[in-house]
Amino acid sequence: MSRIQVSCTVNGDPVDFLCDADGSLLNSLRDELGLTGVKEGCGTGDCGACSILLDGELNCSCLIFAPEAEGTTITTVEGLANGDHLTPLQQCFLEGAALQCGICTPGVLVAATSLLNHNPNPTETEIRYALAGNLCRCTGYDKIVRAVREAAAQIRETSA
Amino acid sequence: MGTLSRLARRLADLVGAHRAALQPAVCGPGIAKLGATPLDGLPSVGLARLRGTHLKYFAPSTVEEAVGLLAQPNTKVFAGATDVIPQIRAGRPEPDALVDLKKIDRLIAVQCTDAKWIIGAATPTARLTANAEFSAEFPGLAEAAGLIGSDQVQSRSSLGGNLCNASPAADSVPAMIVNGARVVIATANGGTRSVAVQDVPTGPGRTSLAPGEFVVEIEVDRAPARTADAYLRMIPRTEMDIAVVGVGVRVTLDESGKVTDALVALGAVAPTVVRVPAAEAALIGSTLDDAALAVAAAAASAACNPIDDKRGTIAYRTHVAGVLTRRAAVIAGQRAAEKNGASR
Repeated sequence: MSRIQVSCTVNGDPVDFLCDADGSLLNSLRDELGLTGVKEGCGTGDCGACSILLDGELNCSCLIFAPEAEGTTITTVEGLANGDHLTPLQQCFLEGAALQCGICTPGVLVAATSLLNHNPNPTETEIRYALAGNLCRCTGYDKIVRAVREAAAQIRETSA
Repeated sequence: MGTLSRLARRLADLVGAHRAALQPAVCGPGIAKLGATPLDGLPSVGLARLRGTHLKYFAPSTVEEAVGLLAQPNTKVFAGATDVIPQIRAGRPEPDALVDLKKIDRLIAVQCTDAKWIIGAATPTARLTANAEFSAEFPGLAEAAGLIGSDQVQSRSSLGGNLCNASPAADSVPAMIVNGARVVIATANGGTRSVAVQDVPTGPGRTSLAPGEFVVEIEVDRAPARTADAYLRMIPRTEMDIAVVGVGVRVTLDESGKVTDALVALGAVAPTVVRVPAAEAALIGSTLDDAALAVAAAAASAACNPIDDKRGTIAYRTHVAGVLTRRAAVIAGQRAAEKNGASR
């Protein structure tokens, strides 16, 4: 049967893509739109490597059927920075070396962005709970948590 | 979410997908129906799609439209799909059509009347727990709903989905049961029927819903004065795990602090959630004193009929059910007392 056409907004741009009824949004983002910052770790919503913002809410793109994206607004890790100008969060990850192999990093950045959007002054405990759905197999959690705290402080300073 | 067995299954999926990728005759363009060609008995899940391309997707905007679609055989409704997609990926037979219920306004809504709360069956639990009035009136149910999966999963998980997935360990179900929650079910003939939440799951993965039926709303009567609930679960980790035991308790106090009504429900210790009338009877008439709590805890342990697995032995689950019943009763009692006669 013919494939399904989906129209949505991704990282600020209106896009169209074709998908199968049971294709995952993760695969459409990667294979149809070339947004390979979205990673597949588990494919079952456990690891968070495929995290995106769907209409502003944090989601695993592997847990979304691609046709569900019709009419939505999506942000992937590629849409966080303003051109070459990284967000404070991304800059803090770089400066704090808050990554090892890097495959979890895009999902962690999106999840942490979502956290800071909702809570500009999270405690360490709140950060750890908010990132519980993002697994880092290099076990680099401490640097990740420190980078998020530092970014939160910088963002509060500039907006104060 | 987040079990080791899930990861083990996933590993098997990856092996299957990898083998499929090495077979150009199987996964070449045009005949990319990996699901139709199981390899070596392993679930053959393609990375490009979950299964074959025969499947249809519908997103109706009314309950009536959804009922019409469900008249077709082998059609499955879904809300957040946080269980459906992993189940398909684990090799469970795929339906011929998927019906997304999230475009039906009535299923994504939280309403409060003088008499009851009405929660759309597909409403994301994140949206429900963000409702301050609801969370203040039913703190235990809000806690239970908020424990389902990660923040990512919370954007999709729902009370209706948690109930109809029929896991014995579903966190929200004991909490709904102690609050006397009911579901409104759309029936195949275009009508509706209402049943108690506890009558929906009939065993692991099984419900009393007939073919063509689906849950539209969850209804919870407004909490009476000096009434509060609590939900506690035991997991070996801090987050992202499935209950080894889950306990919901709701108590109503009189003005002197004596319990006039109590409900106790246990999750993950039997094929379905278990109400514990003996524990409820022990609490009613007490001031939640040690003696009453000890009787209630023993009654909860006695009501357990758990499985023995790597996540919890029978002895452990049975003991913990008593411990959590005592603790949840104390928390519910404190909350009810804090309401201090205020209407709600």
